[in-house]
Amino acid sequence: MFDWVQLFADWLIYSLVGIEQGTHLGDALNFFVYDTIKIIILLFLITFVMGIVNAYFPIERIRSFLSQNKLYGGEYLLASTFGAATPFCSCSSVPLFIGFVRGGIPLGVTFSFLVTSPLVNEVAVAVLLGSFGLKTTAIYVVTGITLGIVSGIVMDRLKLEHLLTDWVHKLWEESEADREAFVAERKKFIQRLPEIAREALGIVKSVTPYILIGIAIGAAMHGYIPEGFFEAYIGKDTWYAVPLAVVIGVPMYANASGIVPVVQVFVAKGIPIGTSLAFMMAVVGLSIPEAMLLKKVMTIKLIAIFFGIVTICIIFSGYLFNWIL
Amino acid sequence: MKTIKILGTGCAKCKLTEAVIRETLGEMGLEADIEKVEDIQKIMEYDIMSTPAVVLDGAVKMTGRVPSKEEVRAMLA
Repeated sequence: MFDWVQLFADWLIYSLVGIEQGTHLGDALNFFVYDTIKIIILLFLITFVMGIVNAYFPIERIRSFLSQNKLYGGEYLLASTFGAATPFCSCSSVPLFIGFVRGGIPLGVTFSFLVTSPLVNEVAVAVLLGSFGLKTTAIYVVTGITLGIVSGIVMDRLKLEHLLTDWVHKLWEESEADREAFVAERKKFIQRLPEIAREALGIVKSVTPYILIGIAIGAAMHGYIPEGFFEAYIGKDTWYAVPLAVVIGVPMYANASGIVPVVQVFVAKGIPIGTSLAFMMAVVGLSIPEAMLLKKVMTIKLIAIFFGIVTICIIFSGYLFNWIL
Repeated sequence: MKTIKILGTGCAKCKLTEAVIRETLGEMGLEADIEKVEDIQKIMEYDIMSTPAVVLDGAVKMTGRVPSKEEVRAMLA
């Protein structure tokens, strides 16, 4: 599907600009052009598709459904999956959290949503697809959703409602299930398409600078760091590599668009893919800024427990990736 | 005069929403009382689940995305 992009990159760098093939600079520039075009196209396509999904299942409808139906455990899968499908801006996490609490949705289910929402999103999927291909992306998505389910169930078993901040705790006690089913906007599909396309384009525009920075760093590393450079230090046999990568990644904040191209180079230069993906999940899924936002609704203790559980799950998936990939 | 409240904890999309609304008001030659609500407890009084949200004269008009100029125009008409 993207052969023509490679041809274009080759033509642009090697013929038009005239930098010789095989030189560090030439290879780095070629990689930059190729990756940028490919990832931006994928990003637009995926955001557009996700936009259509979201037009049919807005968050209010999901809340209404979760709040009114008994699903015997299926609610975790549902919350986690929808967390992956909704576009996420970290500043939305608090209103969303409160909205779920108000709807009387169990705290564990809400956490499932909160885990996958930043972890698996349209940007991460597009960039992973562009950089690593279908198999790795599929494994990442499935693991991310599973991680949300497991963390949510664990949080539920721990009975942590008393650790919400006072005003949220009060809301929680007063919560009631939605009485009315959500009524969707009655607008024809065709009429909505331009709107969805416009939004997809807006998202692409807003993350493009990060993608460019990420790919530029990746391209520079790609051209200048020798093959297998990291292997000597953090190979597959270094047992502590996964937890170390995750612990370093948790406080860091970068959106998926910037981090994936860098992670791609880690992998190319010899860091095992499981370790790299675990690092990426830690960076994208958890961060200090997110913790600060959540402080408004949860006590520090609850945030610590939440982060702790998710961290352990990510470390576990890191080992799992290394083992199966 | 209409009162417009923009609800959002201060992310890029919320700022963009304010800019779009101000610009459209300017183009329409209208004046309105614009307030940005950043306090989460106040935001939650409107029972919304995604930000940014636009509140016109006390009623929530849209949530979760940046409105286009046309939408703002329709809203104010």
